[in-house]
Amino acid sequence: MKVGIPSEVFPNELRVAATPKTIKRLQKQGFEVYIQHNAGLKANFSDKDFEEAGAKIVATATDIYGKSDIVLKVKEPSMEEVDMMKEGLVMLSYLWPAQNQPLLQKLADKKVNAIAMDAIPRISRAQKMDVLSSMANIAGYRAVIEGSYHFGRFLNGQITAAGKVEPAKVLVIGAGVAGLAAIGAANSLGAIVRAFDTRKEVAEQIASMGAQFLTVEINEDGATSSGYSKEMSKEFIEAEMKLFLEQAKEVDIVITTAQIPGRPAPKLWLDYHVAAMKPGSVIVDLAASTGGNCVATKNGEVYTTDNGVTVVGKLNQLPNQASQLYGNNLCHLLDDMGKAEKFKIDMEDAVVSRAMVTYNGKINWPPAPLPVSPEKPKTTEVAVEAPEIVAARKNKKEATSMVIKLGVIGALLFAMGQFAPGEFMQHFTVFVLAVFIGWQVIWNVSHSLHTPLMAVTNAISGIIIIGGLLQTKDNLSSSLVMTVLASAAILVASINIVGGFVVTHRMLKMFKK
Amino acid sequence: MIFIGKEIQTAAYLFASILFILSLGGLSSQESAKRGVFYGIVGMTIAILATVLGKGVEGHIYIIGAISVAAIIGTLLARKVEMTSMPQLVAILHSFVGLAAVLVGFGSYLDPVTHTLSSTEHTIHLVEVFIGVFIGAITFTGSIVAWGKLEGKIMSKPLLYPGRHAVNIILVLASIVLGVMFAGAEGTDGMIYLYIMTAIAAFIGVMLVMAIGGADMPVVVSMLNSYSGWAASAAGFMLGNDLLIVTGALVGSSGAILSIIMCEAMNRSFFSVILGGFGAQTSSGTTTAIEGEVTSLNHEEVAGLLKEAKSVVIVPGYGMAVAKAQYPIYDMVQTLRKAGKNVRFAIHPVAGRLPGHMNVLLAEANVPYDIVLEMDEINPELPDTDVVMVIGANDVVNPGAQDDPSSPIYGMPVIEAWKAEKVIIMKRSMSVGYAGVENPLFYKPNAEMLYGDAKDSVEKILGFLKG
Repeated sequence: MKVGIPSEVFPNELRVAATPKTIKRLQKQGFEVYIQHNAGLKANFSDKDFEEAGAKIVATATDIYGKSDIVLKVKEPSMEEVDMMKEGLVMLSYLWPAQNQPLLQKLADKKVNAIAMDAIPRISRAQKMDVLSSMANIAGYRAVIEGSYHFGRFLNGQITAAGKVEPAKVLVIGAGVAGLAAIGAANSLGAIVRAFDTRKEVAEQIASMGAQFLTVEINEDGATSSGYSKEMSKEFIEAEMKLFLEQAKEVDIVITTAQIPGRPAPKLWLDYHVAAMKPGSVIVDLAASTGGNCVATKNGEVYTTDNGVTVVGKLNQLPNQASQLYGNNLCHLLDDMGKAEKFKIDMEDAVVSRAMVTYNGKINWPPAPLPVSPEKPKTTEVAVEAPEIVAARKNKKEATSMVIKLGVIGALLFAMGQFAPGEFMQHFTVFVLAVFIGWQVIWNVSHSLHTPLMAVTNAISGIIIIGGLLQTKDNLSSSLVMTVLASAAILVASINIVGGFVVTHRMLKMFKK
Repeated sequence: MIFIGKEIQTAAYLFASILFILSLGGLSSQESAKRGVFYGIVGMTIAILATVLGKGVEGHIYIIGAISVAAIIGTLLARKVEMTSMPQLVAILHSFVGLAAVLVGFGSYLDPVTHTLSSTEHTIHLVEVFIGVFIGAITFTGSIVAWGKLEGKIMSKPLLYPGRHAVNIILVLASIVLGVMFAGAEGTDGMIYLYIMTAIAAFIGVMLVMAIGGADMPVVVSMLNSYSGWAASAAGFMLGNDLLIVTGALVGSSGAILSIIMCEAMNRSFFSVILGGFGAQTSSGTTTAIEGEVTSLNHEEVAGLLKEAKSVVIVPGYGMAVAKAQYPIYDMVQTLRKAGKNVRFAIHPVAGRLPGHMNVLLAEANVPYDIVLEMDEINPELPDTDVVMVIGANDVVNPGAQDDPSSPIYGMPVIEAWKAEKVIIMKRSMSVGYAGVENPLFYKPNAEMLYGDAKDSVEKILGFLKG
């Protein structure tokens, strides 16, 4: 099977759908690879590189579209490009099907089987072909780099001979792939990073990347089963705007990443937020191409507002890196579709059937929804109350068993009092109270002092010496055995007392901070 | 001679009791611990003086003689003992308390005053004597066996014979029968029953500890600590002396709590330890097969890893005590800390052969106690740790305790060494730990072995670190 890679015609598109590395992979999968002359030039790949990797150079796009079985592209094709395509061609590229209905219609009319890489469902199995993730990762990283470039200071805090430098504060709005990548990059440059997202579930991911999770007081979760966040209530948005205003006064770099598929980007950073920012601070808007999260953003432009805030609406795509990752994503998808030998469009497949936006002359969009993350069992009110009920029940049970235990103990003590003489009961009282005191005191002993504790209890249990002291007699003739026994008891008990205290003292002397 | 009255004596005993409680309470922190020992010494002095100066005490010459000799022996013993041999010292001191309880019991029985008591009081007193001697004898022989095991004079493998539970129950029942006969005997005629019971109790003490494996020694030592307390308490009942009762009860509950802490740390029920049989399961066949390969490093490579690491956690075990490696280890720690690395120690509650054994050894080598952390404190930090060095520990870092339900130590809390970037295990050989369980940690891809004597190895690493 022949795989063709045309040059990108859109002037601002620097990427290419294959690199020498991915071309080698494609060949391993059994494909013959054809690439248009100078296709990789803007991404720093020369024809020679591609030739060395085993691809054949083709002069014109017509040849690519006319002779290939599969075409790999980055940007959605122009109408002219579609005209060049042959019937039955499988084309992989970005398509943005929600916005490009006429293009879809034209592709369907030409009976081109078009796979929209941006429509690959975002499920675990398809992660390796998820171009939105791989590109967002680059964008997030690049947002920090460009933001830092326009920002006139260090990102990390330093104390140098020439004075102290405060670390820069970076606010990342939206903790999707791009947001998380931005958090990681900003964090590794030493900035103080904060991040906001309406989805509570990402708090942990934000923290793991090294940022502080900002949240509003209103308890509302923006998470949906699609993995994107939903639109929030009016109260929530008001609270969010208030939070942003406070942050606007403090932060040095704002990176916004909020996008809603198929719709204009939500406006999150309004004119009064921009106005509140310090001169010299920077806004990097990753949603610029879909209208921008910031009202001041101009798509494809970098400019400075009247109050000295630089607004970045254009990012370098890192074409070389981006081409490599994009090319890998394509390879993974072709891998999944059976490679060259068993290549098959399987409309039963959850990934292919959803990304294949035109098939056999028909438009196959929008696809059936597919939940990204497994549905969490809904926590009903009963479930919320349950722990308390369980606890209460347990408490009641414990209380009952305690009453029974105390009852038994009380009965035993009563029986004892019936038969034992008064003196014994007195001693017994002392004994029981002492056990309780010991129990309370010993639990407070530090773990590291357990050995000294044993040594000191050794020493004080030598108190049994008193037994011996009371039994020695002056008159050996009448009580020789008793005095000998008592003296022996005094001897061993004293060894305990002296040895125990001395060794404890020796040990404790060693403990120091 | 000046004699003090009974009331003053009682007051002195009360004061001594308070001092003993404060003494144990002082051990809640390192700062107050030394004061605690001081309270203990003062309390003991007051108690002894109050007794000796009391009315009716005779034989001062023998008392002074015995105490003087004992003071010399005790001081020498305590000064000479190596910190690695603390468990042995503690065990032998327990046996002394047990012996003293037996002697005092016999003495009390021989005391003519005993037999002038009224009939109920006499019976109760005889029961007290009997119980005191019983507990004392078990403590005495049990501690001697424990000492022998710790010292390596008696094999540490548990001695188990079929039907031992039945035999023990029969022996206890026989003791009770003897006790009834003893309490009923006139004058000192019951002596023979007391002798037989003492022999039985001594046998029970021996068998009890013989049945317990080496890994459970911390529990055994704490348990005997507890027994020695109850023995003193029983002696207090027999002499009608509240100070003895209180002190015995304090020591008894202290030992019991230590036993509970140790058992919890091993996820074992107290009874299963006491009844024995744990260390016996050599479960090589039943455990899940371990995948992976054991890889090893040399000293230079380990030193290289340490040089690169930012945070290092050292997990010491009994192997460190055996090799007396605590001094070179602290040398190494100081070198690493000077290089700006975060180096800490992680102590498992049952590491070593005595509760808190590792802490004492590290303190001996001048390791500041604020870098010595407990298992629960260090576990959350291990995933962010670059290198964990396991020095002579085995079962306390066994991941099988968490993920292998067939492992005999499944459920025991362990130090999660494998979560660190790299784990270096210093060991003499691939042999199993005291629990007799294979350690899957050695087979983990991030684990590296370093064979050899711990002290020797640490010194070599230190050479590369400094060189």
